[in-house]
Amino acid sequence: MPTDALLARPRPNARDGPTRWFGYRRRHTYQPAERTVGWLFSGPAVVLLTLFIVVPFLLALGLSFTNQRLISPLPVRLVGMENYRRIFADPVFQRSLVNNAVFTVVVVPVQTAFALFLAVLVNQKIRFISFFRTAYFAPVVMIMAVAATIWKLLYDPDIGIIDGVLRAVSGGQLSPGWLRSSALALSAVIFMSIWQGAGFQMVVLLAGLQDIDQELYEAAEIDGASRWQKFRYITVPGLRNQLVFVATVTTILSFRLFDQVYVMTRGGPLDATQTMMTRLVDVGFNQQAIARGSAIAVVFFLIVCLVTLVQRLLLREREAD
Amino acid sequence: MATLQAHNPAPDALRQRDAASGNADPAADDGWSTPHSGRGFFWRSLRRYALLALLAVFFAFPLLFMVIGAFKPDDRVLADGASWKAFVPFGASLDNFADAFSRAEFGRLFLNSVLITTCIVLGGLVVNSLAGYALARMRFRGRKFLLGMVVTLAIIPFQAIAIPLLFMMARIEWLDTYRVQIIPFLANPFFIYLFYSFFLGIPRELEEAARVDGAGPVTIFTRVIVPIARPVYATVAILSFLFSWGELLWPVLVTRGSTVRPLSQGIAVFQTQPPIQWGDIMAFATMTTLPILILFLVFQRAFVQGVSRTGLKG
Repeated sequence: MPTDALLARPRPNARDGPTRWFGYRRRHTYQPAERTVGWLFSGPAVVLLTLFIVVPFLLALGLSFTNQRLISPLPVRLVGMENYRRIFADPVFQRSLVNNAVFTVVVVPVQTAFALFLAVLVNQKIRFISFFRTAYFAPVVMIMAVAATIWKLLYDPDIGIIDGVLRAVSGGQLSPGWLRSSALALSAVIFMSIWQGAGFQMVVLLAGLQDIDQELYEAAEIDGASRWQKFRYITVPGLRNQLVFVATVTTILSFRLFDQVYVMTRGGPLDATQTMMTRLVDVGFNQQAIARGSAIAVVFFLIVCLVTLVQRLLLREREAD
Repeated sequence: MATLQAHNPAPDALRQRDAASGNADPAADDGWSTPHSGRGFFWRSLRRYALLALLAVFFAFPLLFMVIGAFKPDDRVLADGASWKAFVPFGASLDNFADAFSRAEFGRLFLNSVLITTCIVLGGLVVNSLAGYALARMRFRGRKFLLGMVVTLAIIPFQAIAIPLLFMMARIEWLDTYRVQIIPFLANPFFIYLFYSFFLGIPRELEEAARVDGAGPVTIFTRVIVPIARPVYATVAILSFLFSWGELLWPVLVTRGSTVRPLSQGIAVFQTQPPIQWGDIMAFATMTTLPILILFLVFQRAFVQGVSRTGLKG
């Protein structure tokens, strides 16, 4: 069969399923089989992911059933679920679970709503708007370690500007001391995290806003829709993908909460800001209880998997409506 | 006509059209709904800019505090911290910057950070985009499994695998090197997923056309796909830059001394022995932040466009 005729015929599966490389040769140029190319292309990533994420994670899983410590006179042996029993009985870990839950439940909706508000605000075509966009985004480009160090100083009850202003306004009455107060420390961490993260979400949502068809707004205009109605029935549905993306990513990052806490409070005062990750680093590195630290890693993974799965299901249900 | 245009989202275009057709009618200005003139316009703009400025203050005051503090002696940073004086550079000098270089070896750490970050960003772009393309376009055994693996691995935080990874790295004697800070971070499941979802959105016809012309998969990827995919490359480059520039935990674990340490470790130097040298910390922090801020200003458009066209999906 002449090659040209073969090529000219529209292939039945040209549009559905992944592209087929196999079987299309032209003038004897060698075209490797698609499955080979697929593995060649994804090979480097697969090897790296396996070596540096999968293997260490499986090691952590294995270690979590042993009594491994960094330096220990005892021989390493299997201890079954002992580490899991211990971490769930550990009041500090319980506290960290609650803190992670509070942080996520507050930060995900508040930060997303705030970022949506910002995105709508900076989507106006007015003078100096790019200046404001950059200002709102600026915290995102700060290294978390740096931002947290600065905020530690801002929050300081004696030398910080925040309590300084509160004292000046209240005549010296009010000086909550944020990071040093076990009642307020978590709120302070939450506030700082929203300050740092909102700008990134704003950019994602702004990009989505700019993709919404302007004619929809014009049509709504003619139908006499109010600003709220336009926002509710055009903007929000139009941003659905971006909102889902932002909420999912923020949820995962919320559970990972570590850097700002580690720099600002190390989990204190009185474990008021302990999170699963600070507890993991504390147990695994500082106390060198590697096996128990690994058990925390496994529990963390299972919890986040579960939360992500539930989120997926909820969103899919919505979509089906 | 004027009232119809009142809340139009693209007033500039309409105004131009009106001006061109001689349709701009000042008498129809009700002072409230016409966006570009009148007393109502003035007050509305004022309100709008006041809100924008208030938010700008909220986001930028810690940065401002940091930059101004960088020029002050330590005792002034402490003395001025709790009042408006924090935002006025009393006793300004460059001493803190000099300290950052001499005591925290800012120069060395900065170069280390640049080297590590550049390698991770460039290497990561190649590795992750190739994988994302294979997952989006090619049919091979294990594709579904790989995709599932990528999505699942994106959940695991680095801290969770840091302990066993540290053991592994110690075993192969990689501690205190650049490669231990680079190679584990090249492949990133989250970035693979971003590339994957972008490539899914590219029309197949372009590749088909190139294939008919006899192009092999590598040529198609480098000549057809990469040029279209610039926005997603820009987005991933910026994200991966931010992630690796700020990495905090890993360098503490795998490095000793300043030879191969990155910037995020430098600040700790000023906090180890009391009294804490806040001025030096501010100078160090300023020099760490400003390069990124400038970089972002330069690439801002590419970034926003990139995010817009990455087609971020849930």
